[in-house]
Amino acid sequence: MSAVVKAATVPVEFVDDRITASNWLRRNLRKVFPDHWSFMLGEIALYSFIVLLLSGTFLTLWFKPSMTEVVYNGSFAPLKGIPMSEAYASTLNLSFDVRGGLLMRQIHHWSALLFVAAMSVHMMRVFFTGAFRKPRELNWIIGATLLLIGLLEGFAGYSLPDDLLSGTGLRIAQGIVLAIPVVGSYLSYFLFGGAFPGDIFISRLYTVHVLLIPAIILALVTAHLMLIWYQKHTQWPGPGRTNRNVVGYPLFPVYTAKAGGFFFMVFGVCALMSAFIQINPIWLYGPYNPSQVSAGSQPDWYIGWLDGMMRLMPALETTIGSYTISWNILVPALVVPGLITMPWILYPFIEQFITGDKREHHLLERPRNQPTRTGLGAMGLSFYGLVWLGGGNDFVATLFQIPINTITWFLRFAVILVPPLMFVLTKRVCIGLQRRDRDRILHGRETGIIKRLPNGEFIEVHEPITPLEAWELTAHDRQVPLELGPAEDDNGVPAPGRRKDRIRARLSHWYYQDAIQKPTKAEVAQSHSHAAELEAAEDSDQLTGTPD
Amino acid sequence: MSDSPADEGREIEPADTSTLEPYEDPGLAPHAYRLTDTDPKAAKRAERQVAALFGLSALGTIGLIVAFVAFSPLDTINIGFTTTSASNFFLGLSLGVAMLGIGFAAIHWAKKLMPDVEIVHERHPLASSAEAKADALAQFEVGTDESGFGRRSLIRRSMIGALALLPLPAIVLLRDLGPLPGDDLTRTNWQQGMRLLTDPTLRPIKATELEIGQLVNGLPASFAEIPEAEGTQRQVARARDAIIVVRIAVDELQPPPKQADWGVAGILAYSKICTHAGCPISLYERTTHHLLCPCHQSTFQLNEGGRVIFGPAARPLPQLAIATDADGYLVAKLPHGFQEPVGPSFFERGGRS
Repeated sequence: MSAVVKAATVPVEFVDDRITASNWLRRNLRKVFPDHWSFMLGEIALYSFIVLLLSGTFLTLWFKPSMTEVVYNGSFAPLKGIPMSEAYASTLNLSFDVRGGLLMRQIHHWSALLFVAAMSVHMMRVFFTGAFRKPRELNWIIGATLLLIGLLEGFAGYSLPDDLLSGTGLRIAQGIVLAIPVVGSYLSYFLFGGAFPGDIFISRLYTVHVLLIPAIILALVTAHLMLIWYQKHTQWPGPGRTNRNVVGYPLFPVYTAKAGGFFFMVFGVCALMSAFIQINPIWLYGPYNPSQVSAGSQPDWYIGWLDGMMRLMPALETTIGSYTISWNILVPALVVPGLITMPWILYPFIEQFITGDKREHHLLERPRNQPTRTGLGAMGLSFYGLVWLGGGNDFVATLFQIPINTITWFLRFAVILVPPLMFVLTKRVCIGLQRRDRDRILHGRETGIIKRLPNGEFIEVHEPITPLEAWELTAHDRQVPLELGPAEDDNGVPAPGRRKDRIRARLSHWYYQDAIQKPTKAEVAQSHSHAAELEAAEDSDQLTGTPD
Repeated sequence: MSDSPADEGREIEPADTSTLEPYEDPGLAPHAYRLTDTDPKAAKRAERQVAALFGLSALGTIGLIVAFVAFSPLDTINIGFTTTSASNFFLGLSLGVAMLGIGFAAIHWAKKLMPDVEIVHERHPLASSAEAKADALAQFEVGTDESGFGRRSLIRRSMIGALALLPLPAIVLLRDLGPLPGDDLTRTNWQQGMRLLTDPTLRPIKATELEIGQLVNGLPASFAEIPEAEGTQRQVARARDAIIVVRIAVDELQPPPKQADWGVAGILAYSKICTHAGCPISLYERTTHHLLCPCHQSTFQLNEGGRVIFGPAARPLPQLAIATDADGYLVAKLPHGFQEPVGPSFFERGGRS
């Protein structure tokens, strides 16, 4: 027994006597996790969240969430003697009088941007590889919820320092709340404790930002990880990797070192970014003043898509009697986000309804092997990208010297026309790639060797691919649309749920149409015997040497 | 219950295609050994590298303490492309090194020295056995039966009723979050005869002082009467009373008939608060008389009654009718100043004026 193990014995014994820990440890210390670079995207999100908790706790030790007006008398000379809220003054204090305060502020902001970015990219990975399929639908929903409340949490944090930018963001948020029919003005007066901006909103938002939402995120992250743990991680198909096993390295010691080390790397990168790149220099913006704004007002990147929709929406407002319905705000801020997020959150169930596939899936799919899903994803992403670009239309205008009205008009059409185009295009690209794979399986690898046959014909020599590659290229499911069964059973009883089945079969045909199937056993055999025949013919040609 | 025979086959299912599979699983690929597995020298080298990285991290930690003591937050340093806080730069740099040292060390250790032989674990079906399911259901039935939840409808209904009412306290207790809006959103502090003051100097504006093409930010005279200490009141007043005053050559004015005499010799006053989402508007192009909101680019034509010529705002900027008082200073001309609510739309703001 090594000294390390001996040292661990006493605490393990202690815990075990109380909660039977060894039973669990025995089964889980060597738990296997598969390896792939894309599996670390979710890890980045998790670790940046821990960085957020640590740096955020540091900030709370000095930040005063109060809108009480004070006259600044800190170290930053340009703002001395200026009246401002305590929130803003204490943020200046953190930046100029607390050693390491600016670093922690910047680490907090950078890791917040990273947190949302990592969640987004992780979600794309999960979407495009089909990792959300049964039995992981619940984890998809938890993940989507995490991303959405991550946006909310980010916006809340952005609004706390009460500088000119964050106050402007809150003003727009209040404008959105006001636009809600019937209850809008009531909600606004309740939220802000009266007329905007009031004197209480920042302290209310503070509790939401440091307690309520982090607690929810923490709870959901825990559930997310427990489900991953229990259901075991998905893996890429490959030799020896099946739907019924999981192949990889053990939690202890390999992943303890790798994942633990990766946490330090994420933290380190956040620290370096904060050392080199300034972010949110609130002292340049000045304290919030509801009658001032600076040109080029931009939210953090993850709010850009919502802001972009606000910018692109045409000026539509309906007046019914003495009531006003502000479509110009409701549509971009509430209706479209709702229309986008609902199918996105429910996508696993939508796809399951269409394909009728109720099996467990633990093997990931290459995006090309689900052309329709990949196309839908590209469609959603292109919409997101375009409205996000709309959120920076002023930036694009100054960068490329294009009139801002031109950009806006272009994007107004593009957000409607480009996504369907992207769907078709992406689907076609996928099908093309599927064709190439099929070709490779049936005809092998192009060797680049050109051979001249005795009859003068030139051919390129193809070499069969390795069994390992052949298996990898054919490890995905064959895609079979649902067939609508007979309308009546053998006894003439009409099949129940016929209408639903018909819709389903039609959707499933749409979903799988044009997809290229991997070759069947017979096709592979035929192709190989064909190749052998060719070779034999060639050989005999060479032997006899008779020209045609 | 979905497993009763009557329901079987209700769901149409994808056909089984397993017999068409072209290949058999060749099994795990042969393991490729790393240099550190076969060459003890390479393993030793990797060990030294890992130790060096941990050492680098320790240096970073010490560096952080040094930087903490050595620099005040106000010290600056030029790092090539920019001048930045020296304290922030060295604290961040050393913290980054401290963290990345450990990170790289641990990962290098795992990749070079820990076994990389893949382990295969079997998965188990996630669904319980039919027996376990039936047993769980049976136990639930026993519990339901013992409680009498199904039988005793009086208890069941009163319980559901009591629970349904329970969210009400949560709503009622939140009532005092804020006052009811009443008509507060429709009012500003502007009154007939109230002088226009410049913002931020709070001086009254003489009509003759403004030159053509000039834009001045303004507030009502009432703002100057709010005590300095009343920060909140000042912020609320700014959020609703702020105006911009522009002077446009009279021959370029094309106001709507109703607003024809709301200016003084080409001087016009408009609410500064955008009718879209409430941002204060500030970007004025004097040659075209466009006023552009930097938040969502709503653009208002100031010589034509503030009508919207671009962007998401649906209503013209409310105009403040102005006149001059006996001393030649600009004042609000009409009762209550603005003739419509200023700021973003809200449900009960009233019909279009």
